[in-house]
Amino acid sequence: MATTAILTTIPAPRTLNQTLSIFRKETKYEFLKLMRTRAFSLSTIGFPIMFYVIFGLSNHNAYSGGIHIAKYMLAGYACFGLIGATLFGIGAGLSGELAAGWLELKRASPMPAPAYLFAKCASAAAFGLIIVSILTLIATLFGGVSLSPIEFAKMLGMTIVGSISFASMGLLIALLAPANAATGIVNLIYLPMSFLSGLWVPIRFMPHWLQGIAPILPTYHLSQLMLDIFGYGDSMSRTAHWNALIGFSFLMLGLAWLIFQRKEQNA
Amino acid sequence: MPLSAIAYETETLPAETHASALPSVATLTNITKNYGTTKALDGLSLTLRPGEIVALLGPNGAGKSTTIKILLGLIAPTSGAARVFGSNPREATTRTRVGAMLQVARILETLRVREHLDLFRSYYPNPLPVAEILRIAQLQGIEDRPFSQLSGGQKQRVLFALALCGNPDLIFLDEPTVGLDIESRRTLWHQIRHLAKQGKTILFTTHYLEEADALANRIIVINKGRVIAEGTPAEIKRIGGARTIRCCTRLSLDFLETLPTVTSATLDNHTTQIIASHAESVVREMLLRDETLSNLEIVNPALEDAFLALTKN
Repeated sequence: MATTAILTTIPAPRTLNQTLSIFRKETKYEFLKLMRTRAFSLSTIGFPIMFYVIFGLSNHNAYSGGIHIAKYMLAGYACFGLIGATLFGIGAGLSGELAAGWLELKRASPMPAPAYLFAKCASAAAFGLIIVSILTLIATLFGGVSLSPIEFAKMLGMTIVGSISFASMGLLIALLAPANAATGIVNLIYLPMSFLSGLWVPIRFMPHWLQGIAPILPTYHLSQLMLDIFGYGDSMSRTAHWNALIGFSFLMLGLAWLIFQRKEQNA
Repeated sequence: MPLSAIAYETETLPAETHASALPSVATLTNITKNYGTTKALDGLSLTLRPGEIVALLGPNGAGKSTTIKILLGLIAPTSGAARVFGSNPREATTRTRVGAMLQVARILETLRVREHLDLFRSYYPNPLPVAEILRIAQLQGIEDRPFSQLSGGQKQRVLFALALCGNPDLIFLDEPTVGLDIESRRTLWHQIRHLAKQGKTILFTTHYLEEADALANRIIVINKGRVIAEGTPAEIKRIGGARTIRCCTRLSLDFLETLPTVTSATLDNHTTQIIASHAESVVREMLLRDETLSNLEIVNPALEDAFLALTKN
């Protein structure tokens, strides 16, 4: 009787509560992992704040055509921070876990794959929210920036949107980049892209030809949507920026899916 | 050599008959797996039964890891059928009754042992209690340490613990005792035997042949993606063939070489060494003919010899 039980018992499908518990724990431990990995948490939170303190706060009395530069730069560094957290957290993090065999061990367990991806996205978004909140606090306390609660809430919302959007790029990098080069590759993509789309220095102060190529970068469209919250957006329509950002996300996801399929076939 | 292997394979021993009467927990039937043009598995078939401890042996690149990955549903075979608990191992529900210890370079370094267990336990419908897992994997006292601060052996035991989280009925252990000292290795063997007594099935790979010898009820030797021999450790050793007789004797080497089943006789420093497959009859003959014979010693073939004989070429 024992043997028949051993051979045929099929476990009941997971209840919703069990599934939620897996998602919660997966996310909790992913976040704890990132927080405790000092190389990650210190640099992804520290760099945008340091840059904003150096370049943003020095502009706390600067206005240009009705635009408060310190507030303008808050939007730029908010994007810079959240994109960094997402690309390093997911791109470099996932790539390392793939190479170490950790992901394979999890795949050999009944862990639902969406829980793993959700945890990665949610933790990256949580870091983004932390970074944006600290930046906003510094901007209002020391930068003379005034921000309505609605504006702040919209910034947080846009942070989550940005995290999800750039998570797709992180996924693609993780699948393509060798683990030991992933951090370097993220830097090579992330830093020039941030600079060229005006996350460090307002795009309006950049040479004209540079302003012309910025719209091909996804970082540009995210930053324009963030600036739009303050009424600082460019002449392009809001819908165009949304379309560009969504198009970019689907392109990245599609490529990641293709590469994943190819890897699965060769596995 | 493979021919003689097959001959031994078809021999049934009492222990074997008992096991084969039981239904199977997992089967691979005529599995092939191609990576591009290379064949990792080439018509491999095997069956695992309840309560068995099976060692999967083979040289590097023989297909051990691929076999385990197919049983775990991590990869799909190119052709052939894989069944685990009567279901397709590629389905996630099958994995709720399976535990795996794979060769992992590292796991999340900053998480504590207890946190790792908490996470893995959440994946399963009926997980083992944490205290029980800590006891079996001997992790008591270090459960609050981050993974990065553990010794190599402790890390290995954490991976073993993760395989146990779901109270699985089928456990795959890929090189479970790499990096363990002798004492931890023996304790792990003890725990594995205990799990098998509860009716759980264990399939493990190892590079330590004495481990397969000590732990396994059955050894499956694979090479180049095929099963080349299968049987109890004793049966497998016999495939390696001859035993070695050592003694001091006045009998001449020329005479000894004429005795049945003797393949060689050598004299080294007053000790005669004879290699023969039927050592008993050779020794009986020698004792009859030489009353002065002394320092007699008969050495059984090591599993290693059988393994080398089986897998060479």
